[in-house]
Amino acid sequence: MLRVLLLTLTVVAIAHAELCKPDAQNAFKVRLSIKTALGDNAYAWDANEEYLFKAMVAFAMRRYSSKSTTQISDVLLCNVTDRVSFWFVVTDSSQNMTAVPGSVVEAAIRMNRNRINSAFLLSDKTLQFLKITSTLSPPVEPSTPVWLIVFGVVLCLIVAGIVFLVVAGIQQRKNNRTPPSLIIDLAHTQGKTILYCCAELDRSLPLPLKIPSAAEAINICLGKS
Amino acid sequence: LSVPPEIPKEDGRPKWDNKFQYILSCIGFAVGLGNVWRFPYLCQIHGGGAFLIPYFIALLFEGIPLLHLELALGQCLRKGSIGAWNTISPYLGGVGIGSWMVSVLVSLYYNTVLTWVMWYFTNSFQEPLPWSVCPLNENRTGLNKECYESTAVNYFWYRKTLNITPDVTETGTLQWWLILCLATCWAIVYLCTIRGIETTGKAIYVTAIFPYLVLTIFLIHGLTLPGATDGLVYLFTPNLNTLKNPRVWLDAATQIFFSLSLAFGGLIAFSSYNPPKNDCEKDAVTVAIVNSVTSLYASIPVFSVLGFKATTGYWDCLDRNIINVINEFDLPEESIVRQNYTAWISYLNSSHPEKIAGLKLKSCDLQEFLDQSVSGTGLAFIIFTQAIILMPGSQAWAILFFVMLFSLGLSSMFGNIEGVFTPLLELRIISKSIPKELLSGIICLISFLITLCFTLGSGSYWIDIFDSYAGSVPLLVIAFFEVIGVAYVYKMKRFSKDVKWMTGRKPNLYWQITWRFISPLLLLIVFVAFVTLQIQKPASYAAWNPKYEGFPMKEEKVYPPWVLAICVLLAVLPCVFVPLVALFHLIKRMCRNKEPSFVAPEVFSCQGSNS
Repeated sequence: MLRVLLLTLTVVAIAHAELCKPDAQNAFKVRLSIKTALGDNAYAWDANEEYLFKAMVAFAMRRYSSKSTTQISDVLLCNVTDRVSFWFVVTDSSQNMTAVPGSVVEAAIRMNRNRINSAFLLSDKTLQFLKITSTLSPPVEPSTPVWLIVFGVVLCLIVAGIVFLVVAGIQQRKNNRTPPSLIIDLAHTQGKTILYCCAELDRSLPLPLKIPSAAEAINICLGKS
Repeated sequence: LSVPPEIPKEDGRPKWDNKFQYILSCIGFAVGLGNVWRFPYLCQIHGGGAFLIPYFIALLFEGIPLLHLELALGQCLRKGSIGAWNTISPYLGGVGIGSWMVSVLVSLYYNTVLTWVMWYFTNSFQEPLPWSVCPLNENRTGLNKECYESTAVNYFWYRKTLNITPDVTETGTLQWWLILCLATCWAIVYLCTIRGIETTGKAIYVTAIFPYLVLTIFLIHGLTLPGATDGLVYLFTPNLNTLKNPRVWLDAATQIFFSLSLAFGGLIAFSSYNPPKNDCEKDAVTVAIVNSVTSLYASIPVFSVLGFKATTGYWDCLDRNIINVINEFDLPEESIVRQNYTAWISYLNSSHPEKIAGLKLKSCDLQEFLDQSVSGTGLAFIIFTQAIILMPGSQAWAILFFVMLFSLGLSSMFGNIEGVFTPLLELRIISKSIPKELLSGIICLISFLITLCFTLGSGSYWIDIFDSYAGSVPLLVIAFFEVIGVAYVYKMKRFSKDVKWMTGRKPNLYWQITWRFISPLLLLIVFVAFVTLQIQKPASYAAWNPKYEGFPMKEEKVYPPWVLAICVLLAVLPCVFVPLVALFHLIKRMCRNKEPSFVAPEVFSCQGSNS
């Protein structure tokens, strides 16, 4: 009895060593960069973490294929280094300890990458499966490009400014052309022309009620200039 | 009927609201993009602190005298460049026309540079900044190939902004986003110059002062960045050996010249709106000194940021090597850090040399990163934007930086546009009844339509052509004839009397010697040296070609003959007016001499026109 047990164990151990070794056919290398991701909150990699990893891989296999009956003990880890990096392989206990094809494992991992990453508080970059490429998430594209909004705001302000200045200019020009009728109505002698010319030059000249003679008009103008 | 007494004649000419506005406009015109992206570069490649020696010599003997000459001229004659030179002597009318032509050409391409700044500004409001990430390729399996091979910043500039063609002869298509930004830029220029100096005088308060604020903010922030001191030490360490190279002296002379915006006619236009009795000597010295101090002041934050960028690049290089080594040897994380990197490498090289060689580690050298110097648009749109991504709060820094560049460029544009606008207003072909708003609107609209061709795929190559040929040689020629014209045609004695009438004191010996001998001689030497250097190497340009084997390096190409013809035309066209107009008047005078009723032209004097 004991001998059979010992024999099975040796077989298992040898099979284990056969299946899980660096660059084995269906094995994958995993590399974790815990300190880079978490800094001071980094946890140490120990046997418990390894157990969690095996559990996550088994979970991924089961989730990927409903027919799968992968157990935690089916996931074999080896060559754990200080880096932290190791190789793993998934075996199929129902088929006498053969490795599950790499493509199946890859598809399962890819499908559940997010869950695996969050279990370890890591990301695609810090928990690397070396042969499995991750699908890149597309960059966020807002529905209206932001620059068009900014541009629209700037353009509206500029156009408002231009319209304001042009209208102000037109208003100013209209004000400058005082209808001479007011002055002409008051005037009826030579004084009229002189006052009219004067008023054109100097807006603030107070116009007298009675238009004076030419000489008086000149005095008024000179008094103002 | 008694004759009404003389009412004093109003000039009708617009004037500055106050002296500060005028000084600020001149400073704004002189201080432009070149102060930020050309001077620090020249300082760096020509031996750091040692470059200041030829720079200040050029300032003293070329910059300040020419500046004083232009300001005094405009103030005395109270006309724009064309009218002013026609008044001095009809034979020199070509100088004014040449100035006007150069102002037109430079306004056209300068506003396109502002268009690029505006495009970057509107894109700075996004998170993350669009030039920090590469877009994905069509089938979403990886990054866009062109972006991946060069960098995200390069891709955004060459592809997303310019959509550049691989060759200057391939025109490509009009880029609609650039057209929108170009329209906005011309609208802004129109808004600010709509009534001439009445509106630019108000706008200049913002556009001239704001850049100093931002430069100060960048200075304070830049000095706190890691690696800033490396950059500054690299910039200012004097290397007196470079002074033996004549190229350094030539660069100093041309830099001072173009930096002060001489020979554009804009300074003449600005000072023509001054009251006649104004101390133009003090103004000239003030503007020149402020311009040079601004160049120095701007180079400090620029080089702090460049030092920061070089240090970050160096650290990235080291970190990448460290990760590779750690992964290869499965060493624990953080066992190799930057400080003990060299020790580890030598240890590992002795124990596992084949593995180390197999890794193909890049050699990281801080000097190499610092040596990557660029000037011009490359500095602003590639290097600086890359540095901004690395700073925390990058959107704010990007927005500040691009608004600063825009203000710097806009205040220079005001001077260019005034150089175009003022002579047109005085020419008798434009009737007085056309309102100023309409005239400036027409000028801006026509310019916008012409500059649409710079928004083509090959637009940036054409802007380089305009910058190198229209904005360099003609200015030297015009300035030379300006000095010769005033010193020997108008005669220095008359000019000194005019200056004395305006400022209250006779120009002293320094001005007499520089105006009469030193400045013309210096200009002649600079012109000859410049042309000789240009002719020696075949005119070539660097094209961005994704299909080139050496990509992402730029491909060196030679201009085809028809492009070279355009280059020569751009350089010669403004200069050719000088002899043409002189010849025209000579022939007219010879024809007139044959007639008996020949009347000598009036002798003009500064005081006579203003009494």
